[in-house]
Amino acid sequence: MKKTGIISAIALSAIFTFSAPLMAAENTILESYRAAARQENPAFKDFSSTRGQAFHTAKSGDLSCASCHTENIKAHGKHATTGKDILPLAPSANPDRFADAAKVEKWFKRNCNDVLKRACTAQEKGDFIAYTLSVK
Amino acid sequence: MKKLLMLMAVALLPLTALADSDNKYGGENRGKPLLPKQINAKWQEECGACHIAYAPGLLPADSWRKLMSGLDQHFGTDAALATNENRAITEFLVKNESNRWRAKSAPLRITESAWFKAKHGTHEIAPDVWKRASIKSPANCQACHLEAAQADFNEHRIKIPK
Repeated sequence: MKKTGIISAIALSAIFTFSAPLMAAENTILESYRAAARQENPAFKDFSSTRGQAFHTAKSGDLSCASCHTENIKAHGKHATTGKDILPLAPSANPDRFADAAKVEKWFKRNCNDVLKRACTAQEKGDFIAYTLSVK
Repeated sequence: MKKLLMLMAVALLPLTALADSDNKYGGENRGKPLLPKQINAKWQEECGACHIAYAPGLLPADSWRKLMSGLDQHFGTDAALATNENRAITEFLVKNESNRWRAKSAPLRITESAWFKAKHGTHEIAPDVWKRASIKSPANCQACHLEAAQADFNEHRIKIPK
């Protein structure tokens, strides 16, 4: 028993050591939305970048995410009302994106209210981030 | 007592008259300076995220209080801030309000103030100029006031785009 304990401890630390760099490459904010999505829906499976992309361009009334952020999320966007320049949404083009959890939540709250007139679900937020991360 | 009050009122008359001569634009005048030397970084960052960070001296304190308490419905947009950020930015705006605003009015839009209207009348700017794609709206100060983001509205640095 003691031996298996030690062995599994070694095995665990090996997994940890090997998977640590992989974990670091993942987006920590996306991971926290994964936990929230599980809470929200016990049947939650995973996020989907395809669904995120469809969400990005889907219009609700006159607006979609793409109205301001443009369809090409590696390009600069433009505020639909004020015309102000918006830096690219894709982290591959703008590393500051999805790096500050409070900032991400602040903008999801605002923009979901503006476009959808409601809060977004954790599933929608995660799909959306997965999409932005998939654009290289 | 009544007589005394009357006397006091008469004595105060010249003061009132003086204040009235200071009452440019019906008391709805922008401040001088528009921006304090020490600016608040949060104000710059948060207000400047969607439009230029409008200088605190453009409106009176009551306007800023009203505006900052309704950020979740900010001219048709949700611009809500965290409570502590809202408090810090409101404090900065209120502290540096227009120091030449004498009227009781407190408009939410800078463009509704008497000084703005006087400075941007049809004798200066034809109505169709505002509609140009390069300008879009009177709220878009920096379209013509090139240094508006630095609260510099000097008329020598105006360039009206085609």
